[in-house]
Amino acid sequence: MNRRMTINEIQDNIIEEFSVFDDWMDKYNLLIEMGKELSLIDPKFKVKDYLIEGCQSKVWLYPHYDGKEVTFTADSDAIITRGIVALLIKVLSGRTPEEIIQADLYFIDKIGLKQNLSPTRSNGLLSMLRQMKLYAMAFGAQGSGGRAQGTGHRAQGEERHAASG
Amino acid sequence: MRDIDNIRSDFPLLQQKVYGKPLVYFDNGATTQKPLCVLEELRKVYTDYNGNVHRGVHAMSDLTSEAYEGAREKVRSFINAGKSEEVVFTSGATSSLNAIAFSFGERYISRGDEIIVSEMEHHANIVPWQMLCLRKGAVLRVIPFNDAGELELDEYLKLLSPRTRIVAVTQVSNALGTVVPLEEIIRPAHSMGIPVLVDGAQGIQHGITDVRSLDCDFYAFSGHKIYGPTGIGVLYGKEKWLSELPPYQGGGDMVDRVSFDRTTYNVLPFKFEAGTMNYVGAIGLGRALDYVNELGREEILQREKTLLAYATERLSAIKGLRIYGQAAEKICTISFLLDNIHQYDTGMILDKLGIAVRTGTHCAQPVMDHYGIQGTVRASLCFYNTIEEIDALGTGIEKVIGMFS
Repeated sequence: MNRRMTINEIQDNIIEEFSVFDDWMDKYNLLIEMGKELSLIDPKFKVKDYLIEGCQSKVWLYPHYDGKEVTFTADSDAIITRGIVALLIKVLSGRTPEEIIQADLYFIDKIGLKQNLSPTRSNGLLSMLRQMKLYAMAFGAQGSGGRAQGTGHRAQGEERHAASG
Repeated sequence: MRDIDNIRSDFPLLQQKVYGKPLVYFDNGATTQKPLCVLEELRKVYTDYNGNVHRGVHAMSDLTSEAYEGAREKVRSFINAGKSEEVVFTSGATSSLNAIAFSFGERYISRGDEIIVSEMEHHANIVPWQMLCLRKGAVLRVIPFNDAGELELDEYLKLLSPRTRIVAVTQVSNALGTVVPLEEIIRPAHSMGIPVLVDGAQGIQHGITDVRSLDCDFYAFSGHKIYGPTGIGVLYGKEKWLSELPPYQGGGDMVDRVSFDRTTYNVLPFKFEAGTMNYVGAIGLGRALDYVNELGREEILQREKTLLAYATERLSAIKGLRIYGQAAEKICTISFLLDNIHQYDTGMILDKLGIAVRTGTHCAQPVMDHYGIQGTVRASLCFYNTIEEIDALGTGIEKVIGMFS
């Protein structure tokens, strides 16, 4: 392997993988498969502090920062959501805070995830993305070492989804 | 009753396709689709006679006021209220419930008083009462339900006390489909002089509601759940209560005489209708009620019973499917979960098969807490649904199970 793929190259790969399928059921099957590749969060971090609000299903997301790159692990109690978060992690994990903050995730639209998820569900996806960027910002500001210090996580607790209403 | 295909052609939305598949609309508990005659009525208001109600001397205003008051009379007759003065238009059931929680609370609730609701209420019949309790230092008491989804009436009787000021219960559980035996709630309360509010949001469209024979003191429902437009709702209240309660909103039309020293209020029902009302919605709702009457409420009820029986049988036959809510008396709503498959996964795949269901807590989190679950998949049917659609749901569910297990 020569060099690491850029964020956009990974996105283009995902778009290509999904473009093979016309049928939604096939796309979801692929998403389910991708969920199986998710780097799972350590069960001890499956707590409220790492729970993302705004999803119909539960999503836990844990960031680890080694001073250079942020690595994400996650899990969800719903399988499709696990696939979605796996995609986000595939694209954004192992990147510098700067790269994560700057990333423009056009693949979400291109593979039809955004327009085919209802607004509340789409918020779930966007909540995950926003949370990843918030962690990156916190780590970026912090400069080096350690885990999230609370600056990033729970930063959007006010955003609750409509289904609870 | 008219032939089913004939009925379905009244609803343009039911002809839609989603993802290339015929739409199976099983989210009627959230909102119902509208027949053409209602849509036509709404258009007619704007094209033929739109003017603000009760205000003008001109012809348009007169015609609109007449249609608006005509709609009130239709509502009165539909729920068999004694007088049209007892029918107040609101923006929906939620708004009606908030209005009573506020006005009744202002007038009658003080520290230490008790309000009874049930464990199967949706949030709109819980939160306004909690807000009232916080405001007044009152206490909320909750009638529990058993695992079949039926209220525990013995427990209810124990909750009634000299401090109870009002009982607020649903007519039908939105999450479980249970039809509440209202007579058994109302009679004991009345014997102690306690008024009863009935939340009819899920009840009005499934059967025949007669507020006078029920003898409930307040009744609330939304237009959009009975084939009418959104943004219109009804609050029925017995005249003796409504005339004693203070208004909950101030503004134009609800007043008799306004000066900076003193303002007097208008007569019923206008005292509770501040500002420009959603008169177009009210007229649309009136037309929707006409439509329901034309089809026949007894016929609708019978047809929905057939659908419920078939759906229950079809879905119960699926291995790993658990139904939440198995009360003896139910409307055609089926809440369920599959094995250990998340309701969201089920809902997403059903959606892609063209089947619209609701997933989540259905704005009734205490009901989910009762069963210790995060949510369910809810298929809520009504008369325009078909046996074939239930079969499509059954097949869809089997596909979901195949994908996730």
